[in-house]
Amino acid sequence: MDPARRRSLVDVALQEGGVVSVATGTTRARVLDRLRLGDLAFRHLTRAAAVGVLLLLSGVILSLIIGSLPALKTFGFGFLVTEKWNPVTEKFGALAAIYGTLVTSFIAMLIAVPVGLMIAFFLTELCPLWLRRPIGIAIELLAGIPSIIYGIWGLFIFAPFLQETLQPFLINTLGQVPGIAPLFAGPPYGIGMLTAGLILAIMVLPFITSISRDVFEAVPPVLKEAAYGVGCTTWEVVRYVVLPYARVGVIGGVMLGLGRALGETMAVTFVIGNAHRISASLLAPGTTISASIANEFTEAVGDLYTSSLIALGLILFVITLIVLALARYMLLRIERRIG
Amino acid sequence: MILSLAATAFGLGWLVLILGALLWHGFGGLSPAVFAEMTPPPGASGGLLNPIIGSLILTVLAVAIGTPIGVLAGTHLAEYGRYDRLSSVVRFINDILLSAPSIVIGLFIYEVMVAPMGHFSAFAGGVALAVIVIPVVVRTTEDMLTLVPNALREAATSIGLPRSMSITRICYRAARAGMVTGVLLAVARISGETAPLLFTSLNNQFWSSATIFGIEVPNLNAPMASLPVVIFQFALSPYKDWQSLAWTGALIIMLAVLALSITARSLVPSGRQS
Repeated sequence: MDPARRRSLVDVALQEGGVVSVATGTTRARVLDRLRLGDLAFRHLTRAAAVGVLLLLSGVILSLIIGSLPALKTFGFGFLVTEKWNPVTEKFGALAAIYGTLVTSFIAMLIAVPVGLMIAFFLTELCPLWLRRPIGIAIELLAGIPSIIYGIWGLFIFAPFLQETLQPFLINTLGQVPGIAPLFAGPPYGIGMLTAGLILAIMVLPFITSISRDVFEAVPPVLKEAAYGVGCTTWEVVRYVVLPYARVGVIGGVMLGLGRALGETMAVTFVIGNAHRISASLLAPGTTISASIANEFTEAVGDLYTSSLIALGLILFVITLIVLALARYMLLRIERRIG
Repeated sequence: MILSLAATAFGLGWLVLILGALLWHGFGGLSPAVFAEMTPPPGASGGLLNPIIGSLILTVLAVAIGTPIGVLAGTHLAEYGRYDRLSSVVRFINDILLSAPSIVIGLFIYEVMVAPMGHFSAFAGGVALAVIVIPVVVRTTEDMLTLVPNALREAATSIGLPRSMSITRICYRAARAGMVTGVLLAVARISGETAPLLFTSLNNQFWSSATIFGIEVPNLNAPMASLPVVIFQFALSPYKDWQSLAWTGALIIMLAVLALSITARSLVPSGRQS
């Protein structure tokens, strides 16, 4: 055979890739060496990038801890349980912001979970096939709307609307019921905790819907068919077959939505009112951790003020970290069961 | 059952309401001046030229930084260390980063870049957005590479291709559409991000430029305006003309996001993107 044809396929492939031209004898060995080196380099490069992702998260945590040290040193544990937030006297406490974050997220989940689950039921059980895809896409579009748009819409459209309709209605009905009256007391400002909670509900709705839908679709059809076979109604199938089977996944999806709601910034900042106090009334303005940071960080004067805001960020990150980790763990469990 | 129908109508109703409001308030302001003039002081007329360009630059920066890292990390997860212990940890961490509050990312970049440098800069904004891009790209790259049939890898190895080449020349090519989708989704995600930019790239009423070798280039070391931050500032202002510019800006972002997600969807013919 002539030398040109004796070349191995490596060389051919190399030529195709335009890496080297002709390679014989020692040059060939050198080329192979170079390839081995390149291979090793690429392998380690990808590994470094993967480790980089790890470092990113630890970097976030570390920088937040370092940044919040001055505040935590000054206020100690009291930071978590003090409501007072006074930049002038440099007395800071996170309680009002933590309270606002939890309350708005709670309102959001209270509305978004049942509605999201029902949409998921509709999509998997009732919806005609040709409608499933368009509705699914619409729900995903809702998820894709940037939060700044929810914010501007909430400020100019939704809040005034609530101020004129829902809030007076709540004050006149639920506000008169003994026991829960303080929750709905006070003038209808439009902006406030309730409005923020409602907007958050709209924002997390698509997340809960799409994950629940995926989980429901993973329920083995034979289970549902068996249930229908013994004469169950659609509701009974959903209640006693689909929901128990999909429970872990649904909870995972809900936690994921909760993680979103807790950390959501812009939409809330627009409509919460940024008042560092805890009011019994849901209609009153309040603040959340993320809204406080967004509103005040660039204007914060003095190390202690900045540090307190970073400490708020640390608290938020720790809360969401726990929620998200739980969510992922639950979703992982259901993934293992399916696949 | 009627309840679930009502719930669906309720959910979709918001989409219609929000898009309708955007068109109603934003469309009127959509004129050539918006794309040709700088942001005005209150009371004067102007456009959104500098925030639009700023947003584009920040996005390009973020993609340029975030995509290579994300693709490489995704490659490791899918190719070299598919069953590693390290990989399962990275996967978990990546999922958490994927939904970490973006304002915290802003704080992080403030701590590591803005504070040491002593001033806000477009570069810091780009890096902050890159931190958001990375997990999205890692996730889609891994998913798409996992879908590449093993037969392709085996064929490549059997003709003596080194592993790195079989990945870059064969697997990347097979998974290209999906990986591009991932980048597009990431761009859609960051194009509306405001929180991480508030204290990294800040805002800029004007246009900062630097001169390098006699050519005027945008100054990445200075604060830079971006659409979301300008919307935030203008919408909360008491001035009517600023507010209407904010609506127009919101409409532009929404159209961009819609276009991006439709393109991303059309690249992947079947299957859902989450």
